[in-house]
Amino acid sequence: MKVDNIYKEEKKSAFAKLSEIIITMASRPSGLIGLSILVFHIILAFISPYIAPHDFKAIDPTLMLQAPSAEYWFGTDDLGRDVFTRTILGGRTALTITFFGSLIALLWGGLLGIFCGLVGGKIDDVVMRIVDAFLSIPWILAMLLIVSLLGTSTEVLIPALGFFYGKGIVRVARAATHDVIAKDFIVSARARGHSNFSIIWNEIIPNVRDAILVEGAMRWSWMLLGFSSLSFLGFGVSPPTPDWGLMISNARGLMSFAYWAVIAPIVGLSSLIIGINLTADAFAKALGIDRSTKAPV
Amino acid sequence: MTDTIQKVKNLSIGFRSKKGEEILILKNISTNIKKGETVGIVGESGSGKSTLALAMMGYVKHGLYTIGGECQFNSSNLLKMKSKDLEKIRGRKIAMIPQNAGQALTPNLKIGYQIDEALQLHSDLNEKEREKKISELLNKVRLPSPETIALRYPHELSGGQQQRVAVAMALAGTPDLLLLDEPTTGLDVTTQAHVLELLNFIAKDTGTSMVYVSHDLGAIAQVSDRIIVMYSGEIVLEGPSRDILKRPIHPYTHGLLKSIPKLSLAGLPDSMPGSQPQPGTIQGGCSFFDRCNFSDENCKHNSPQLEFLEDLNTSVRCFNYEKLVKESQVSQTVNKIKNKSQDKEILNLSEVSISYAKQKLLDQVFNRISDNNPTVKDININIKKGETIALVGESGSGKSTILKSIAGLLRTKDGLIRFDENRNLSSDLKERDPNDLRIIQLIFQNPDESLNPNHTVEEIIAQPLKLYFGLKGEELKKNIIDLLQKVRLGEFYTSRYPRQLSGGEKQRVAVARAFAAKPDIILCDEVTSALDVSVQAAVLNLLQQLKEDFGTTYIFVSHDLAVVRAISDRVAVLYQGRLCEVGPSNDVYKFPSHPYTEVLLGAVLEPDPDIKPKLVAEDIVEERPPEKGCSFQGRCSRIVGDICKKEIPPWQLTDSGNAIRCHIPIKELQKEQF
Ligand SMILES: Nc1ncnc2c1ncn2[C@@H]1O[C@H](COP(=O)(O)OP(=O)(O)O)[C@@H](O)[C@H]1O
Ligand code: SF4
Ligand code: SF4
Ligand SMILES: [Mg+2]
Repeated sequence: MKVDNIYKEEKKSAFAKLSEIIITMASRPSGLIGLSILVFHIILAFISPYIAPHDFKAIDPTLMLQAPSAEYWFGTDDLGRDVFTRTILGGRTALTITFFGSLIALLWGGLLGIFCGLVGGKIDDVVMRIVDAFLSIPWILAMLLIVSLLGTSTEVLIPALGFFYGKGIVRVARAATHDVIAKDFIVSARARGHSNFSIIWNEIIPNVRDAILVEGAMRWSWMLLGFSSLSFLGFGVSPPTPDWGLMISNARGLMSFAYWAVIAPIVGLSSLIIGINLTADAFAKALGIDRSTKAPV
Repeated sequence: MTDTIQKVKNLSIGFRSKKGEEILILKNISTNIKKGETVGIVGESGSGKSTLALAMMGYVKHGLYTIGGECQFNSSNLLKMKSKDLEKIRGRKIAMIPQNAGQALTPNLKIGYQIDEALQLHSDLNEKEREKKISELLNKVRLPSPETIALRYPHELSGGQQQRVAVAMALAGTPDLLLLDEPTTGLDVTTQAHVLELLNFIAKDTGTSMVYVSHDLGAIAQVSDRIIVMYSGEIVLEGPSRDILKRPIHPYTHGLLKSIPKLSLAGLPDSMPGSQPQPGTIQGGCSFFDRCNFSDENCKHNSPQLEFLEDLNTSVRCFNYEKLVKESQVSQTVNKIKNKSQDKEILNLSEVSISYAKQKLLDQVFNRISDNNPTVKDININIKKGETIALVGESGSGKSTILKSIAGLLRTKDGLIRFDENRNLSSDLKERDPNDLRIIQLIFQNPDESLNPNHTVEEIIAQPLKLYFGLKGEELKKNIIDLLQKVRLGEFYTSRYPRQLSGGEKQRVAVARAFAAKPDIILCDEVTSALDVSVQAAVLNLLQQLKEDFGTTYIFVSHDLAVVRAISDRVAVLYQGRLCEVGPSNDVYKFPSHPYTEVLLGAVLEPDPDIKPKLVAEDIVEERPPEKGCSFQGRCSRIVGDICKKEIPPWQLTDSGNAIRCHIPIKELQKEQF
């Protein structure tokens, strides 16, 4: 018998799989652009404290609202702080908070979704209803409440954001689990007598993982927007922490004569959102998941 | 010439692979469809038959494109036509009935309304005429009382009736050419026979040309005047139906006909090795070379051309067809199965009832099941060690339900399931100990669903080995390779994923996984029905071989009586979850039979133009078993009156030890059955 070469494929290590996915993502223009933007932001976030040319909180009234120059690339803001320094450090804040927020969203959303899909029936109904009820409260109001009660520290913001952005993940994880659970390979595993844990770990998670990860990546960009809105309203991180939402909020009144103070954080924020979005899209395509039918909730 | 209605000329259709190669799905196909004739296109999945049928109505699936050639209809090339012009032809001149057309009816619109829509679209009749036409069409497809059917919704009809409505809609535009893609696949055996008979009637009555696409030679044999056999995107054989079926002169068709189980033959037919190559993997030479029994060196390097043989009125693509011309007929040999079934009882079901009914709170509290009319009732079967017992019946007859209970996936309502005379298996999974679970393993119908797509073959087979025997490392690996060898798969399969395997290979992996547990009993649920015909016999032979090696007992569920005939020692016939007949397969397949067995036997489609199905009962589908009396009363053509409706029929024994459950005495039963 001939062994057909097209269909021959070796089992790959996780690393090999990941690099293959990344190559597939980068082979599309939109994926390549998204990845480049995201990687650029991530690198910047890592190195920003070391390359920042100025002290982000050094106030100098004599330098108020300077136009971009060789010394202050993006100019200075109304307190005379360097906009370039604050912009690159602002990316660090936003990425860190939303990255860990997304992890939390993935964790609780994924686990609860799998659980609901698995048990089904009444429990599923009740849990889903509670989740829906909780999240039908406008999130921004709820966030305001939480932040005003507990303060605006990172320790509060990360779990709060993670909680509010996990809802979509619950739905996706639940639907994916529902699809898998009816398959004969689950029946087969149950009939063999595998433990519930083994069935979830070996049979279900590998089959729902991709869908959940893609949803998580999508949620990340939404969370970024949400987080920046909070800061913009003054309920995110507190000054003088460099943060895009705060910077936009502070400088927006000065738009007409000091556009530089507001342009830089806007470009930073929107490019990162677009970058994450394009990457998540390419990620979905590379995994063969069709998101076109599911509108973001 | 006017009597050719569709002319396919040098048609090639293909797609571009990721690497940019052009991969052909159809290779240079040429054929003509004549007025009034029915042409059967047969081939296994992936042979290109549907692509060809779609091209015949000017449609090329998304992702594929026409590489060359044309499909001429009324001397214009459909593949180059503007979509506006195509719209005028589709539905009016050429109509198509796709697979599951019945299920594709719009669920919330009445049947009459849907046919009316088709008429508005495809004919120029006014409202009055259309109304008349609707009942005419429903009459033509022989639906009972067209007026009431027209007012029903699709879900109020059975699968067969829905398919009839689909035919009626296709006929709305009085097409000259009707394309049917697997129109009976997925329907019950009995329904299939009825729909085919209807199609035959319509072909004669209206003179419409038909192209009938199917993987099932049995169905093709019943309707076609001419047969086209496709393999790997090529026509390998084309000729008059009778000649193709009786004296196939292409090795593929020859082997295929030899490997299809027949009702008249007890035992396993010869199997054909290998499987159809994937598109784009043929290196040159004949595409059938790997599997051919007649091949020589020449076939390896050169591709045969389709050659028209005037004296046989047949076209064939083979260098060595002459070897086959000499063979007068397909002589089918079977390997008699030699089961050493012992007298020792291995599994005993007594008075087993199973219910799917939702339990009320009170019942839940007391942990009991109350349902007067359970899905499965009064099952008494005694299974001996080493035998193969088959459960047959139409879909919904409770076959899978019984298997689920034996496997512990479903609790029984009443009755006892006993293993090895003393172990009680009436409990469900949670209450069984691991060894009770190990001794019974399941193989499912569709290996695509039963193998985790994210596990490699190695991981799949390792599961039971780790779970039951705690194997690790080298020993685990060695056992896996051993098992793969037993199911005739090489070691290099270990690292493959299910999607990289053909259907037959996947099912072999599923078989290996079941045997990995060293079970005493294997439950086989329709294990060959999702497989291509050419690999079906190979899987059956493999199962038989393993059974002989390991002395395993099989409980084999199938709706295909010919397959059951081939592999089983004993048969139990089920209708609506109640047993009708139980006996040695030799005797069940002989009359006298239970009236329902008679219906099933009559409906079997054989790839032989001389064996026509006998349609004994109506193809109604019943929702639930009757509360009282005989389970088959609703469809029985021999019903003897009130007694059948009130009293459960008694078991009667025939001379050969066959048990039949009917109110008609055995002697009487036989009278009309031969
Ligand atoms: N999970 C279920 N819930 C309720 N009814 C079911 C379920 N599964 C099967 N049934 C019903 O039980 C009957 C027998 O089904 P099944 O055992 O699957 O038949 P078969 O395998 O012979 O086709 C059918 O009427 C079917 O509709
Ligand atoms: S050409 Fe050769 S390999 Fe091909 S079918 Fe004929 S005998 Fe077999
Ligand atoms: S008992 Fe009556 S209804 Fe049932 S099979 Fe016999 S004759 Fe038919
Ligand atoms: Mg079934």
